[in-house]
Amino acid sequence: MNSMTVTADGVISSPATARADLDIREHEHVSHYQTIGEPFVDNAKMSARNVNVFYDDKQAIFDVSLDIGGNEVIAMIGPSGCGKSTFLRVLNRMNDIIPICRVQGDISLDGDNIYGSDQDTVLLRARVGMVFQKPNPFPKSIYENVAYGPRIHGLAHSKAEMDEIVETSLRRASLFDEVKDQLDKPGTGLSGGQQQRLCIARAIAVSPEVILMDEPCSALDPIATARIEELIDELKANYTIAIVTHSMQQAARVSERTAYFHLGKLIEVGDTKEIFTMPKHELTENYITGRFG
Amino acid sequence: MQTSTVLLILVALAAISFFVGRKRSHLVAVGQGGAYGLHSLPKHYGYMAALWAGLPALLVLILWVGLESRVLTNMVVSQLPAEIQALPESELGLYFNQIVSFAQSGSDALGLSESQVAAAGYYQELLADSRVMKASLVFLVAVIGCLLALQRISPTLRARNHVESIFTWILFACSFIAVLTTLGIVLSVLFEAIRFFHAIPVTDFLFGLQWSPQMAIRIDQVGASGSFGFVPLLVGTLLISTVAMFIAVPVGLMSAIYLSEYATRRFRSLTKPVLEILAGVPTVVYGFFAALTVAPFIRNLGESIGLSVASESALAAGIVMGIMIIPFVMSLSDDIINAVPDSMREASLGMGATMNETIRKVLLPAALPGIVGGILLAVSRAIGETMIVVMAAGLSAKLTINPLEAVTTITVQIVTLLVGDQEFDSPKTLAAFALGLVLFFVTLLLNVIALYVVRKYREQYE
Ligand SMILES: Nc1ncnc2c1ncn2[C@@H]1O[C@H](COP(=O)(O)OP(=O)(O)OP(=O)(O)O)[C@@H](O)[C@H]1O
Ligand SMILES: [Mg+2]
Repeated sequence: MNSMTVTADGVISSPATARADLDIREHEHVSHYQTIGEPFVDNAKMSARNVNVFYDDKQAIFDVSLDIGGNEVIAMIGPSGCGKSTFLRVLNRMNDIIPICRVQGDISLDGDNIYGSDQDTVLLRARVGMVFQKPNPFPKSIYENVAYGPRIHGLAHSKAEMDEIVETSLRRASLFDEVKDQLDKPGTGLSGGQQQRLCIARAIAVSPEVILMDEPCSALDPIATARIEELIDELKANYTIAIVTHSMQQAARVSERTAYFHLGKLIEVGDTKEIFTMPKHELTENYITGRFG
Repeated sequence: MQTSTVLLILVALAAISFFVGRKRSHLVAVGQGGAYGLHSLPKHYGYMAALWAGLPALLVLILWVGLESRVLTNMVVSQLPAEIQALPESELGLYFNQIVSFAQSGSDALGLSESQVAAAGYYQELLADSRVMKASLVFLVAVIGCLLALQRISPTLRARNHVESIFTWILFACSFIAVLTTLGIVLSVLFEAIRFFHAIPVTDFLFGLQWSPQMAIRIDQVGASGSFGFVPLLVGTLLISTVAMFIAVPVGLMSAIYLSEYATRRFRSLTKPVLEILAGVPTVVYGFFAALTVAPFIRNLGESIGLSVASESALAAGIVMGIMIIPFVMSLSDDIINAVPDSMREASLGMGATMNETIRKVLLPAALPGIVGGILLAVSRAIGETMIVVMAAGLSAKLTINPLEAVTTITVQIVTLLVGDQEFDSPKTLAAFALGLVLFFVTLLLNVIALYVVRKYREQYE
């Protein structure tokens, strides 16, 4: 498993070396790419090792190793089609529902391999929740939307308990005050930003440990975006969050670590501040300065 | 000249007009710096000329053909001796028909009167004149139309828009014909039904509990006073349809769920065509499957557990009808379940729900209105189905809700009332129209409900 040791020091981090293996498109057949920066952390909540993902014969993720630390917010950035969503979906096995998708490598949650034969996607997805790019509330009432997960997993034993769960979740998603008088109205009738917060409330209602967010703000206006970002800031006290975003500013604002993907490879990863102020790889630099992608 | 020949020549004329029109547009464009100076493409001028030549002439032709026989009849009849003209309508009709058939076949004049032979000659003359006049008039109109169009062609003429609007009108006319036909059918059924209700009071028909539509042919016949209570038929229809739905809805719905959510693409691509074949089997084939296989099977089964089952039973007919409707329910539900956005599936699965929970708690509720609409459409098909019932459920109009007995349905009774030699103005025959009317309203109601539900469903994700 330790065939690949990546360090942030010496040889690899020198700009000259980074440029030497610059355009990795030429090296696409090489499955090994040495990620720059520090992909591993001490208190890893989830860790991926040498992950390869294929859609049929087409490889979408090349040998990616990355840790997601407990209670951190990690941002994943990169040009369109580079495999951010694919990587994110691998983390809670949402890719299982795509028949042509194959995953190689080890991914573990608290040290347990989530692709192990004894693993159950039902439990995994309850522990690793997901918020999607487009708000997708069920065509049910606001209450039922939030109560959906707890019902499935049998988290509430009485109506009162369920009410409690629904209210706390909505409060955490800072939506409760706006909808408290219309809990029986359809969730699809809310505004886009409210819908997305409803989806976040729905995701946290089952008390997941990790929340994966795939461009959660891409369909929202700046005000709603700001609300969600505040929300992420509050949530990170209790949850581990991985967020895919196309907005550099958003990544800079909400995340502690940032991972830059390019054509299925994890090019560079490190502290968000460092990545944005002193990117080591030229591709990263080009991307964050807007010269690329 | 035969009508078909006229039609062919007309098409040829229109084609010629097209080329002439196109040519002329080139000619008028010369002064404008070629085809770019034209408002429309040359072919549009061609289409315009062709339509102007063809359409009015076609209309004249249709009118002529439609009115020809009536006008000729009147002209011939007015030449007949006065005492014959004074005959009652039906006899006059017979008399005239003899003239026509003699005129057309030239068979021997035996049994025909002098004046009929004379009239036949006159009829033939008229017919020949009519043909010549028809052909010349049609061609005249075509040529005039073409010339008018050609004369109008100029670089500023908006031929393209013109052709466009003509096509809009053609399309409108076609849809109008469809509506008109439906209306015609409904009205004719309605009028006959009203005649029936003159003989049998509406209340007897709607609330009567007995159906035995035998009318005395002679006044002195005994035991032949018909009763026309339609309740047994309605109950029979509903009974069989209910049995059919009990088969078709669960099986159709669940196989739709399997196909849309679980099946591999390969399985799907194999199954769909098979089911389409199933949907294409003529119902008469299902009918003898029901009569020869299912009905005896059910009877034997029933007897083996000590039930008395009629050899023709509502159950047999209902089961086979259900089987017939399965593909229908399935493909409708499949479409509707597929139409639920994938984001719903992802949301539910992403919460840790299993596929099964996702289907029950998210997909089906979201698709429910659409599925209900589909099922209502299937019900109206079941209600209209005739052949299977004739063959498997019998003809006896028993008022029962026991599916093991023989019952009959509205459509079956319509058929039995109308087959064979019938008088066209006895209540027995007219009853068929009343039944048709009721059937029409029942299916109309179901369809309206179905459409309403389906439309409501559509709005959900848009
Ligand atoms: N269901 C699928 N079937 C086949 N190929 C897929 C599928 N989903 C993604 N891919 C391929 O995998 C690669 C990575 O896609 P992915 O959706 O992960 O990119 P992304 O980084 O999320 O892009 P974006 O920023 O546009 O969302 C792309 O080349 C894409 O064509
Ligand atoms: Mg994506």
